[in-house]
Amino acid sequence: MNEPENELLAPGHRTCAGCGPAIAIRQMLRATGKNVVICEATGCMEVTSTAYPETSWKVPWIHVLFENVSSVASGVKEALIKQGKDDVKVIALAGDGGMVDIGFRALSGAMERGHDVLFLCYDNEAYMNTGVQRSGATPFGAATTTSPAGTEIAGKQEWKKNVPFIAVAHGLKYVATASIAYPEDFQAKIKKALSIKGPKYLHVHCPCPVGWGCDGAKTIKYAKAAVETGLWALYEIEEGKLKLNTKPSELKPAEEYLRGQRRFKHLKEEDIKKIEKHAKQRFDHLLELENSEISLLKVL
Amino acid sequence: MSEVMEGSHGVAHAVKLCKPDVLAMYPITPSTHIPEGLAQLIADGKMDTKFITVESEFSAMSACVGVSAAGSRAFTATSSQGLLLMTEVVYAAAGMRLPIVTVIVNRTISAPINIWNDHQDTFAERDSGWLQIYCETNQEALDTTIQAYKIAEDAGVLLPVFVCMDGFVLSHTYEPLEVPEQNEVDAFLPPYTPKHAFLDPNKPITQGPFAYPKPYAAMRKELSDAIMNSKTVVKKVHNEFAEKFGRAYGDGIIEEYKSDKPTVIVAMGSVCGTIKEVVDERDDIGLVRIRCYRPFPKEELVKALEGKENIIVFEKDVALGMASGALYHEIKSILAGKNVRINNVVGGLGGIDTTKKNISNFVDRMKDQNDKIEFLRGDPNE
Repeated sequence: MNEPENELLAPGHRTCAGCGPAIAIRQMLRATGKNVVICEATGCMEVTSTAYPETSWKVPWIHVLFENVSSVASGVKEALIKQGKDDVKVIALAGDGGMVDIGFRALSGAMERGHDVLFLCYDNEAYMNTGVQRSGATPFGAATTTSPAGTEIAGKQEWKKNVPFIAVAHGLKYVATASIAYPEDFQAKIKKALSIKGPKYLHVHCPCPVGWGCDGAKTIKYAKAAVETGLWALYEIEEGKLKLNTKPSELKPAEEYLRGQRRFKHLKEEDIKKIEKHAKQRFDHLLELENSEISLLKVL
Repeated sequence: MSEVMEGSHGVAHAVKLCKPDVLAMYPITPSTHIPEGLAQLIADGKMDTKFITVESEFSAMSACVGVSAAGSRAFTATSSQGLLLMTEVVYAAAGMRLPIVTVIVNRTISAPINIWNDHQDTFAERDSGWLQIYCETNQEALDTTIQAYKIAEDAGVLLPVFVCMDGFVLSHTYEPLEVPEQNEVDAFLPPYTPKHAFLDPNKPITQGPFAYPKPYAAMRKELSDAIMNSKTVVKKVHNEFAEKFGRAYGDGIIEEYKSDKPTVIVAMGSVCGTIKEVVDERDDIGLVRIRCYRPFPKEELVKALEGKENIIVFEKDVALGMASGALYHEIKSILAGKNVRINNVVGGLGGIDTTKKNISNFVDRMKDQNDKIEFLRGDPNE
């Protein structure tokens, strides 16, 4: 592990205590090293890390808008290739809003065109920068300010959008999910992704204590509980072949993850059972996929 | 070398001569022939440029921002809805001081949907911080594209430039064009060597940061000053081009055509060709053509319009909510307090033809009036 003075994200940024995305980015930069350009979408991490005239970034970094980071990264990468700097890695970095919702068209276009870029979504499961509004990545049942828990509707009524699989559908050779509670796994995936030429997609789950309504001292605990309960699964899909990276012999009860988070406080016993059943089914299907000979790329 | 070619292909050849590193383009009528022409030049091995075939105009401009911020030369072209779709990025590109050149093949905007020419698309970007240069002919569009890189990349400018040419009237029209030789353009336009924009791991910088109110306000003021100061560079580059290539367009900012008359028309774009014919046929009017619309040529216009009795502002845009065109109010504002009658024709909307008869008729109707505003309806004898 690097010493603090070698960190490429300098301290002094303005993220909240226990910020999951800030941890994700520190971990990311430990894996990338210095020979990288980070293109970032508007969002918490952009606002908190670059208040002019200060910056926390010790690598070249560019922000343009909310919904175009993948297109900006396309341009940056092609320009660097034209300059003969093929070795410089380019990462398009965005939260779940910037990547899977408003930036989705740009992401899809850039993946389809095949730029040699790593598309990295730090997923804290809502639009946190604007005050915790629902996103396509917000999980079922979670209360946000635009999917509140009311007397008639109990939080978000749709399941989380599965963008890693949508990335696979673009023919990507490497797609993976990660969690900040598993830094070695996350960093190994970044290194592997960057070693592969062409587009690759990585989706890292990272709690937002403010948005989730949980203790900022327990960010990693919640990130870990998500994986242990099967509500977030760690896998990589190489050449269409899925491999699970953590396989608990038995998934923990969903309650162990959901309880303690304000966004799930309103959930009734039956809601929790429904979520648990969904997680179990999904995990079983992922296992089945892993044990099969199926290459997801072959159906494209 | 003189060659008969379509306006769009003339622009494509100009772009080729400027050797951009990366193109990011999306087709939209009537600008489509520009990316098609460039794609063919690349496919035939005549141009060493990467063409990113983006999935939208929004991504076209976004990728150009990435290219330019990484320190390379970028190009795109679009029209109408495509320009409106990229508007958010258009503003960011100027704010980030990126010297991107974009050819706009002017087309009206929805609704109703219509593919023909007027200037409402670029007028929607008036205050974006981009320079806007309006061309009268295909030769001027070709020449201005080459000039635009030299203007944009000037260390005293560092701003993006729109080269505006009228849809169909210019873009789809074939005529003989002088295409400069590569060595001549190389001598005129040196390679782009950025001092302010690069994404180099050996010298990491942060581009596009967040700014609190005070630095934000200061940067917007700098941007405002920069675009005003760019006028001298537009003029200088135009003059240098004129000297090297033998073609001039007024003083590069405005063009005065037989304008030593009490009555003059102020206009922009290809309609100026028609107006010039009317000026030639009747000896009581002149034309002042605005070539560089942003930055606004206030001093040049005040001088050119000094002592006039009647000014008719003919424009292909409408300022909805002002019951007139937008240019009309700008001309009125710079001539405030002067003893001159100023009238307005909102013409050519959605591609309606403006005939010589129309021009003569509105001159006759308006020259003794003041603050008269007419919307042309498209009747050739109107």
